[in-house]
Amino acid sequence: MTRQEPPFEPAPPRATPADHATRVSRRGLFKGAGAAAVSAALLGARETLAREAAVADEVRTQGPGLVPITLRVNGEERKVQVEPRTTLLSALRLRLDLTGAKPVCERSQCGACTVWLDGQTVYACSVLAVEAEGREVTTVEGLGTPSDMHPVQAAFCAEDALQCGFCTPGMVMACAFAVKQHGKDLTEDQARAAVAGNLCRCGTHPHVLRAALRAAKGE
Amino acid sequence: MARRVTYTTGLVGSDERVAQHPQARREITVDVHDDDATPWGVDAKLRVVGTDVPRVDGPAKATGAAKYTYDIQPQGLCFAGLVTSPHAHAEVQAVDVAAALKIPGVLVARAAGGRQVTFPGSIVAVVCAESEEALDDGLRAVVVTYDVKPPAVTVEDAMADGAAQVDRRAPNVPPEDDPRATMRRGDAQGAWDAAEVKVEGTWRTAIQTHSCLEPHGVVVQVMPDGHATIWASTQATSGFAAGPAMSRALGVPAAKIRVLTEHMGGGFGSKFGALEWDVLAAELARETRRPVRMLLSRRLEHLLGGNRPDSIQQMELGGTKDGRFTVLRGDVLGTAGNAAGGAGSNNVMVYGLPNVAMRQRTVRTHTARAAAFRAPRHPQGAFALEGVIDRFAHAAGLDPLEVRKRNDDHPIRRIQWDLAAERIGWAEARGRGGQRKDGPWRFGVGCAAARWSNAGRGAWRVDLKVHADGHVAVMSGVQDIGTGTRTLMAVLVAEELGIGVDRVDVRVGDTDYPPGPGSGGSTTSPSIGPAAREAALHAREGVAAKLAEAWDVPVADIGWKDGHYEAGGRTASFEEAARLVGTGGLAVSGTRRPNYEGPYGETAGVQMAEVAVDVETGVVRVKRVVAVHDAGRLVDTLTARSQVNGGVLQGISFALHEERRLDRAQGDMVNPTFDTYRILGLADTPQIDVLLTSVVSGFNNAGIMGLGEPATVPTAAAVAGAVYDAIGVQVTELPMTPARVLAALEGA
Repeated sequence: MTRQEPPFEPAPPRATPADHATRVSRRGLFKGAGAAAVSAALLGARETLAREAAVADEVRTQGPGLVPITLRVNGEERKVQVEPRTTLLSALRLRLDLTGAKPVCERSQCGACTVWLDGQTVYACSVLAVEAEGREVTTVEGLGTPSDMHPVQAAFCAEDALQCGFCTPGMVMACAFAVKQHGKDLTEDQARAAVAGNLCRCGTHPHVLRAALRAAKGE
Repeated sequence: MARRVTYTTGLVGSDERVAQHPQARREITVDVHDDDATPWGVDAKLRVVGTDVPRVDGPAKATGAAKYTYDIQPQGLCFAGLVTSPHAHAEVQAVDVAAALKIPGVLVARAAGGRQVTFPGSIVAVVCAESEEALDDGLRAVVVTYDVKPPAVTVEDAMADGAAQVDRRAPNVPPEDDPRATMRRGDAQGAWDAAEVKVEGTWRTAIQTHSCLEPHGVVVQVMPDGHATIWASTQATSGFAAGPAMSRALGVPAAKIRVLTEHMGGGFGSKFGALEWDVLAAELARETRRPVRMLLSRRLEHLLGGNRPDSIQQMELGGTKDGRFTVLRGDVLGTAGNAAGGAGSNNVMVYGLPNVAMRQRTVRTHTARAAAFRAPRHPQGAFALEGVIDRFAHAAGLDPLEVRKRNDDHPIRRIQWDLAAERIGWAEARGRGGQRKDGPWRFGVGCAAARWSNAGRGAWRVDLKVHADGHVAVMSGVQDIGTGTRTLMAVLVAEELGIGVDRVDVRVGDTDYPPGPGSGGSTTSPSIGPAAREAALHAREGVAAKLAEAWDVPVADIGWKDGHYEAGGRTASFEEAARLVGTGGLAVSGTRRPNYEGPYGETAGVQMAEVAVDVETGVVRVKRVVAVHDAGRLVDTLTARSQVNGGVLQGISFALHEERRLDRAQGDMVNPTFDTYRILGLADTPQIDVLLTSVVSGFNNAGIMGLGEPATVPTAAAVAGAVYDAIGVQVTELPMTPARVLAALEGA
């Protein structure tokens, strides 16, 4: 019996807080043990235990009060004071006044706070500011400005892929990531998948799709 | 003073269609106010109006530069939040804020709201802190003791014998014989007895929350000099702080309060005047002498931010064997929470129904109050009405589309039925109860109609300043809630002045400018657009007077043709002539005149949906929607298509996904998050073909009407009709979840 599959690819998984935690810890290990000495192939059970112990030794207790950190945002080093529980979203908005990324659902459900972390889309509401230290953060403001827009931003305007605009910064970051990944070959299904994690209440979806494809084709 | 103008209104373009439907165009004579612009008829040669114009605030929104209320962060900003009751019906015994006040950074923690809790989400305390983190801690530290009582959560619960009474002053449901509840036309009983074809049924719709992405709320700042600024996420900047509550809370007279809504993240009817939490924010700003932000959490936005009432609609439709309706009878119940009114359905306005008896009653429950939601009562009404019509067509053995056309005499909609049917391929798309299939999938098509009738109102003024560089600034207190109001005003001004849209800077959402209309009832465009056009005309006349001096000719000799001034062989563009206004510029204004008598006061719409239904899993997928709408004369066809897309997608979401679920015992909402309260996403978005019919309404100088609401009226009904056509049984309850589809199939 033939079953029709949904007409799009499933969305690639977005990075979760756990992924970041792992990465941060592994970095710590590399730094502690010397990157050259560590090979993934050698990491058997014993090595895993040793690694965890090393990570435990490495862990700095931060907080509960304010912690000074340096964020690399849109190519600039920015020093901020945050509580360990402060999210990247909150730090960007309240400490750096970068209010493009929007708080909407509070918990990884809507995509309005989408930014890039080391070039990958993440929900900034679900990444701690301290986890982002030392990594490259790109926000919608870093992508382009009203007088010098990124092709995806220009395509959003040309196709009217925005109404109230509250979801737009997140949509733009998700679409720009897809365009960066796939370039001119971006398909409709890939574009659908890229913004599957972004909610819009005004119903701009058809125009968002058009904008992503337009930007990919460089029109 | 007025001048008499004769011009042609109705359908723009498509002379072929007009030949088939002569009523689609009419010549009218109106007395136009002397200061007003001469109305554009169907033959007016327009340069910008009626084309695709990119939204003027698009770049600001696409780059994150646009500042919403949530983005306003004055120095020293404090954060306020609400402690609310988890119980639906209770009495507050004690509010203990001692622990909260000990938390570093917490500035204020105190009881708020009343002692009687009549819905979950009732405000019982408020906390204000210097950081979001301290606010979180403070809210958690407030201890409230309740005397919990049994609630009446649903319509059925509230109508049961011995149900808890929601309001001491009135019963939960008005009596059946309440004369205000029943609308009658003709002789419904006689017509029912005489009807050749009779069908009946009960249709139900769930409560839908507005789910605005930017929650309700404000940022409030009281300046040392006694002025106060409120940044508000509102659809009605001019009315937001007009009442005495805000003045009292801030301790300043209304004249010293400025309300700003430069951009706002969705309202859909739920954001008008200042609400309880807005007033609390104002009190806190005054108490703390600090700017205070109060924006609802996502959970509270679902609970308190408004909702579309549910409905239980018992319907009876009678008519003749050849498909003419003679009578509609109905009994409709719904709850708007603890409010006395607001539920019900609108289902008697589209088709010819000579005899009607409809009873509509709002049932009080211990739930949060409903709010106006994009076409209040209409999508619910269309779902039941079009559903009973589909049942009628089936009983009479007639094509559902043919039955509708036989009962519809709207001259524009008669054209739209044909346009939609051609586009979707109606005859081929029909499933006739399972005849179009592929594996477990069944395919079908459905149709439904929309109407709207609001030509706008109000003597709103728009200010306009001409600068010597040929740019103009246009100012009004009206807000752009994402519908494109700025762009609409810019297009009308650009058209009138023969300049590019990029030369027009529209500043709105500020009560320092002349008051503008609230954005409700799809009236913003027809209410403010004509004033913008008139202001531009006055600018053109003002510059003409300067030009007359410069050219040394009487001003009456200066003509305006093809976007240029001309006199005695000399010509000048507006931009060239604008140099003459000098460094001071030229300030003018335009006023919205009372509506003229127009023949097209009821806008029309038709939507058709094609669906695939998996009869094994019950999953419904909308494959395609054709949406045909008019909105009077269309000013910007690009943003108009966006409006229609939005109406359609909210309608599909209403049809298939959205349902506020309540704990029956306690009344609290069990799905106040976006992963449990599903709204449609891009993965669920079908192909939408938007066909726009531009119709000069005749009511104002630009022939504009509104579009926001009608676009969402027929969608769920058309999707439901398509499901019926696909599987041969009707799903009579929204949302049409897989479980409900399977239940309908099993019951067949």
